Amino acid sequence: MTQAIHNLSRRHFLEGSAGLTLGLALPAFAAKGAKTVTAAGSAAAFEPTPFLSIGADNSVTVISKHLEMGQGTYTGLATIVAEELDAAWAQVRVDGAPADAKRYNNLAFGPMQGTGGSTAMANSWEQLRQTGAVARAMLVAAAAKRWNVPAAEISVRDGVVSHAASKRKATFGELAEAAAAEAVPATVPLKDPKDFRLVGKHAPRKDSFAKTNGTAQFTQDVHLPGMLVAVVAHPPRFGGKVKSFDASKTKAIKGVVDVVAIPGGVAVLAKDTWSAKKGRDALSVEWDDSAAFKLGSEEIFVRYHELAQTPGLIARKDGDGDAALAGAAKVVKASYDFPYLAHAAMEPLNCVVQFTGDSLEVWNGEQFQTVDQANLAALFGLPPEKVSIHMLYAGGSFGRRACKDSDYVKEAASIVKAAGTRAPVKMVWLREDDTKGGYYRPQFHHAMEAALNADGSIRAWRHRLVGQSIAKGSPFEGFMIKDGVDGLSVEGAATLPYGIPNLQVELHTPSDITVPVLWWRSVGSTHTAYSTETFLDRLAAESKQDPVALRLKLLDKHPRHAGVLRLAAEKAGWGTPLAKGKPGERRGRGVAVHESFHSYVAQVAEVTVQADGSLRVDRVVTAVDCGVAINPDVIRAQVEGSVGFALSAALHGEITLKDGVVEQGNFGEYAPIRINEMPKTEVYIVPSAEKPTGIGEPAVPPVAPAVANAIAAATGKWLTRLPFRSDELKA
Amino acid sequence: MIQLNVNGKPQRADVDPDTPLLWTLRDSLLLTGTKFGCGAGLCGACTVHVDGQPTRSCITPVSSVAGKKITTIEAVDNSRVGKAVQEAWRKLDVVQCGYCQSGQIMSAVGLLKTKKNPTDADIDAAMAGNLCRCGTYVRIRAAIHEAARALA
Repeated sequence: MTQAIHNLSRRHFLEGSAGLTLGLALPAFAAKGAKTVTAAGSAAAFEPTPFLSIGADNSVTVISKHLEMGQGTYTGLATIVAEELDAAWAQVRVDGAPADAKRYNNLAFGPMQGTGGSTAMANSWEQLRQTGAVARAMLVAAAAKRWNVPAAEISVRDGVVSHAASKRKATFGELAEAAAAEAVPATVPLKDPKDFRLVGKHAPRKDSFAKTNGTAQFTQDVHLPGMLVAVVAHPPRFGGKVKSFDASKTKAIKGVVDVVAIPGGVAVLAKDTWSAKKGRDALSVEWDDSAAFKLGSEEIFVRYHELAQTPGLIARKDGDGDAALAGAAKVVKASYDFPYLAHAAMEPLNCVVQFTGDSLEVWNGEQFQTVDQANLAALFGLPPEKVSIHMLYAGGSFGRRACKDSDYVKEAASIVKAAGTRAPVKMVWLREDDTKGGYYRPQFHHAMEAALNADGSIRAWRHRLVGQSIAKGSPFEGFMIKDGVDGLSVEGAATLPYGIPNLQVELHTPSDITVPVLWWRSVGSTHTAYSTETFLDRLAAESKQDPVALRLKLLDKHPRHAGVLRLAAEKAGWGTPLAKGKPGERRGRGVAVHESFHSYVAQVAEVTVQADGSLRVDRVVTAVDCGVAINPDVIRAQVEGSVGFALSAALHGEITLKDGVVEQGNFGEYAPIRINEMPKTEVYIVPSAEKPTGIGEPAVPPVAPAVANAIAAATGKWLTRLPFRSDELKA
Repeated sequence: MIQLNVNGKPQRADVDPDTPLLWTLRDSLLLTGTKFGCGAGLCGACTVHVDGQPTRSCITPVSSVAGKKITTIEAVDNSRVGKAVQEAWRKLDVVQCGYCQSGQIMSAVGLLKTKKNPTDADIDAAMAGNLCRCGTYVRIRAAIHEAARALA
């Protein structure tokens, strides 16, 4: 059986199929050390850097060190290379890089390969501009030599190198081999941005074709000769263990091959997914919950509310917040509760692992290469370089596939180890496994107090946060946790941009709550933007100030915040009357602005609240400043998607525990929004010459507070518990 | 052994009759464009056409579709409507992670085969069974309108 694999590591390439798509004939996976082959199937003639290969067939293959999980990285990274190379967009293809932190590290992470923190464009911008420019210079040098003309007289456009005076032309493919013999220039000039032909223009997505005809390859789609599928019975509580199990019924099921205990449960290996699932469902497992976490969400909140009554560790202190609050004439207080949230990507977690005796081969929507490599190497007692990883498309991630503990990747490898098999094993989590599998956005409680002066100015602001640390136990612990304060817990709160003389941010990090937690699209800002931006609106209401005007007054030292705020307000018609709803409907408009991952986003939301409290978000207008807009249409798409993602959490998203057991399983209980709940969206991009920053995450944080502020404008009610509950909004 | 007609070709699958069509397509016939998302008919990622009708293959026992005409994303461009939808999806760059999009496209084709010029409300009604976690809904709506225009 052969099948096309579109985004496998080029290092594991044997031969391509004829035609345009990058093809791979299975079982070519084993062909290690095979010469690099370009997208169209011919040997690479020219590889100026690890990020680019040009074939004699005129194909230009950009090697992406970052995972494509929907956020448009493959397109964005290719845009940067193609721009400086002056390639024709149609000749450019993208291939996923192998795991190799020496060549493919994320410059924002240090010596580590991985995708996250909205860093792909930001850390690759200079690197890939250099790649494109170096390759271009070498192609020009080769042409100059071949034609015996000065290099300065040669131009490059749309993949064609030409010399006008002598009317000579050559394609990249024709020059590739000769270019490879040229010396790599130490320095190359980069384009003046006014000459950009792709950056800031429309370059269509590179993954649209394969993702609309069923050929895009996700981990779920991997089929290898002799492959087994594993489905796992997990303990009902975090920290639970297997006491004993009876697999007699499972083993009687056709297709089941083996049943093995692993550290995190019992795995059923079968010849196909359905047999493995049936086998898993037929297992009888007795769990040992003696060391398991057994609290419920409400009990956790009770603990958090108690902690919030006491001072926490200082995350920021300007002036003296406590003293200013104590002596204030008017104090405003509010507290907020945020639930655990699951990432719930459409592709449930999965991973394919094969042990060959002295190496491991992994197929995965791989987001955290260096961490996974190290963890798998440790599990098998191998050096990390003996763990090779094929980075496939991920069917979403939102942070989940970059697990600090390599949880699901390690689980797949543990199954291989426990079964002692040399067969490739595809571990498949069913939807319920994925929802209940932990590594959630942590549950958080915030308590806020502010003091207002008689003229409405804010004299003091104290923000106390209570919640689990994400960085603790992660490879980033050392530089993310300072003096006991996890930066991921307080980002957005401790970085509050508003000019307030007495500002204090405190953090409690309960260490005895052991539910696994992880970064979830926009991390700390998922909750800090909500509390800070709705609380600010409360203060505006208390002092009868316009929310936009008040923000602008407090942002005089933050022009990029102010810039997006002004643009969103203008485009949304802030200050103009909102069209009235039908009788009984209450309508409102709300605003929020927030910086995350060095990008600035302001949003204005319009909502309609029915008499029964049900809510419709009608329109969300977004203004974004993410520096140079490499691919404006991808930016618009990320913002549109962020609106949907954030609304899913605000309107429905909640993972709750009862006696330590997660209560949600499938999409019935943990429900992302559907198309009928998606508002109209408008996206405006601030023109900028600043270095590009992230866009995968930054448009998530302001959505919920903008909507909450709109709800308050419509109803006078301030929602302080997420997700929103319609019973709080009844007329 | 179950006899199937998939994308115009006769196929045989050696699976138990209760096996969902989804897993027969994916694991037996290696037609992996049809996706597993929930296994419970809640997300629509597994949508295929059975005798032209959008159907959740994850909760459809394979025995119930023996002899019926099954169309998957791999052959969606064999019909004029299917091709128009696929092209609209590409023109507007609807996809993000892409995992749900096979199902979205199959549902959209089903809609446009019964309603030539759907309104936003028609689209919401027909597409509400298809989840997209990336939130591509704005473009899904736009692409369905675009395909309708192209077919007019």
